[in-house]
Amino acid sequence: MSADTILNILVATIAAGTPLVYAALGELVTEKSGVLNLGVEGMMLVGAISGFITMAKTGSLFLAVVCGMTAGALMSLVFAILTLYLMANQVASGLALTIFGIGLSAFMGIKYTSVALNGVPELHIPILSDIPILGRLVFSYDILIYLSLLILAGVAWFLYKTRAGTILRAIGESPKSGHALGFSVIGIRYLAVLFGGAMAGIGGVYVAVAYTPMWVEGMVAGRGWVAIALVVFATWRPLRVMVGAYLFGGVTIAQFHIQGLGIEIPSQFLSMLPYLATIAVLVIISRDKNTIRVNSPASLGITYHPENN
Amino acid sequence: MDIIGLKTNDGTRKRKDTETGAVPRLELRGMTKIYPSVIANDSIDIKVASGEIHAVLGENGAGKSTLMKAIYGIVKPDRGEILWEGEHIDIINPAHARKLGIGMVFQHFSLFETLTVVENIALGMENQNDMEKLSKRITQVSEKYGLPLDPERLVHSLPVGLRQRVEIVRCLIQKPKLLIMDEPTSVLTPQAVWKMFETLRKLSEEGCSILYISHKLYEIKELCHKATIIRDGKVTGYANPADETPSSLARMMIGKELPVCSQDKPDINGQKCLEISRLSKKKADQFGTDLNNISLTINSGEILGIAGISGNGQRELTNAVIGEWLSEKPEDIMICGNPAGNLDPGERRKLGLGFVPEERLGRGVVPGMNLLYNYLLTAHRHNLINWGLILFKKTSDFAKKCITSFDVKCGSIDDQITSLSGGNIQKFITGREILQEPKLLFVSQPTWGVDVGAANVIRQSIIDLRNQGTAVMVVSEDLDELFEICDRLVVIAGGHVSPCLNVEDTTKEEIGLWMNGMFPGGPAESLN
Repeated sequence: MSADTILNILVATIAAGTPLVYAALGELVTEKSGVLNLGVEGMMLVGAISGFITMAKTGSLFLAVVCGMTAGALMSLVFAILTLYLMANQVASGLALTIFGIGLSAFMGIKYTSVALNGVPELHIPILSDIPILGRLVFSYDILIYLSLLILAGVAWFLYKTRAGTILRAIGESPKSGHALGFSVIGIRYLAVLFGGAMAGIGGVYVAVAYTPMWVEGMVAGRGWVAIALVVFATWRPLRVMVGAYLFGGVTIAQFHIQGLGIEIPSQFLSMLPYLATIAVLVIISRDKNTIRVNSPASLGITYHPENN
Repeated sequence: MDIIGLKTNDGTRKRKDTETGAVPRLELRGMTKIYPSVIANDSIDIKVASGEIHAVLGENGAGKSTLMKAIYGIVKPDRGEILWEGEHIDIINPAHARKLGIGMVFQHFSLFETLTVVENIALGMENQNDMEKLSKRITQVSEKYGLPLDPERLVHSLPVGLRQRVEIVRCLIQKPKLLIMDEPTSVLTPQAVWKMFETLRKLSEEGCSILYISHKLYEIKELCHKATIIRDGKVTGYANPADETPSSLARMMIGKELPVCSQDKPDINGQKCLEISRLSKKKADQFGTDLNNISLTINSGEILGIAGISGNGQRELTNAVIGEWLSEKPEDIMICGNPAGNLDPGERRKLGLGFVPEERLGRGVVPGMNLLYNYLLTAHRHNLINWGLILFKKTSDFAKKCITSFDVKCGSIDDQITSLSGGNIQKFITGREILQEPKLLFVSQPTWGVDVGAANVIRQSIIDLRNQGTAVMVVSEDLDELFEICDRLVVIAGGHVSPCLNVEDTTKEEIGLWMNGMFPGGPAESLN
């Protein structure tokens, strides 16, 4: 393998991991507030098709992202009303949301099947992008990738450095205590769920508009589920979520190249690799019980009934 | 008596101040809160003057906590008025209450374990963002009131006594005008209780009113200026605690004399029923405690009490004795002469072990099942099963016997166990274990959150069981209880077990010191 191939793999890795960074960060915030939303796959798909249609009609990436985020947030609003207002079971509602999203996105996309877009141009920053190797490796991605890193930093800062973030984590640990201190548990959870939906939406937009700019039914292809797994195996910590997402992206790209080299391994095994590798690595780095206990939201998935008043 | 006399003078002076026309800090008129199944508060009137320590005395379930939650804005009363410094107000939520100057220390801690002390305190305040400044103020305030705290510690790493300190400091830092304390001493050593009383007296002198909720009569006599006594949601009397005797207070609280357990111990030639020798165990996680070289013996016909602040190895010791954790060497634990260290709980029960766990629901009984099945849960070994089939007639006879002989108040054996009150569930579990005629009974926190009447039934039945020749091991945080029923006491602190003391030869103060690890061979780590 030449140095150039390796560089190509590395650059492609970041792009392959980005949808996961978005979706998993959103899910992380949702789960930190104590809500388990298993509808990520569905929200990503609806976000993807909404963004794709907007992009095809207007050509504006900005509008596509806004539409995708709105669509994802609307999907999560359905979930939020079911679980936070009607107190439905979170697991069942999340699964239903995914099934609903798969169907809805396929329906919305009937006319767009196999339509291709131009994709999102990579940024060219004068001087910086021209540095050999480093220029390609650091300064020549599309704008959505830089946005995802910005959001990553923002989420980490929000959760661990701000009062609002501390309240969110506190609610996820003990909604009862939070209520006793006078925080609006349900209100905060609504916001967290909506943020999760918007992030899933933008993750979907990235898949359909930037990563493989062509509409294929069900094209999110399980990334929503991987995002949920990432959050758990990364023990609800933003930086580890990013590491996991890029690891998944890296192995995905690497196995394409291995297939290209004509090595005699059944392709099904190679396609399995990204899932196996990501889970194996994250399980190993996070098997410490204390990290899990300190970081996992204790009330995750449990419906909160505010005290009778 | 002298000390109490002095306090009476003090208290009287303060009351005179308030009676000369000053507006009370807080006045409740006709407070009523109705829940679907029960009237929690029925037209309750209370007046609290500034600087007054006012006791709200009542049994578990009398409605004290509901009333306090109404004052703190967590529960909305159905009827009634709240007057704050003479003005009518509706307290909308806890944030509003804090703004008025009301602070509350909860019975069940409202702390977030995975956050630090300073983060926890910041959450209880409005718009508090500068953590460094807050840390400094925490150190200042906590030292001023003699409650030192490290602001950067994670709460889960603090022992229970210090967690409560966090709650108190969280209130003090906001300079409250009224502090509500809901059963604050249930987790403290006697020394820590005195220390807290000093803090409260200091606050009272500074003009802060305190609503002090408790069912411990001597505390109220010692500390409070006035008392309101509540029974079944109604006020049954107002009193000047210094003028009352514990039994007159108890009459108002439970409507009859305070029950006392009868002792008269028969002389039984004791055989070793449980022998633990040099048992050590590494903790399972960061939140556990290592057990260090524990040796204990319990003979038939005696009650051995294990005192200690929770989180000092009680959980680990319990698991080791009842078999939820297995030892590598069978000889580590001998039950009635049989090596049992490697036996599972079922096999140990066959050797004569009975167990009443600390967690009633989930470990003592299955919440979703009725009394009959819950009786079967541990008693099935006693020929209630034939060829895999349940003998319903026999089981229900036993379950009914359990209900009548242990005064379990319930509709029938087909009732869901969760429809019973905590005290009745505890009586049921204790009865179930006792009816199986164990040779060794392990009881963990026998009367936690149980009303006085039920607590007495449970204690008496433990004593009666001892008198029949059973060995009983009681783990409890309640020193009064241990001194009432035990023959011998050991203290567990930091996973070490102290030498054994006869109850007649020791005092609560000595045991309190030992609970901090200050015993021969103990960890001697001060909790302060």
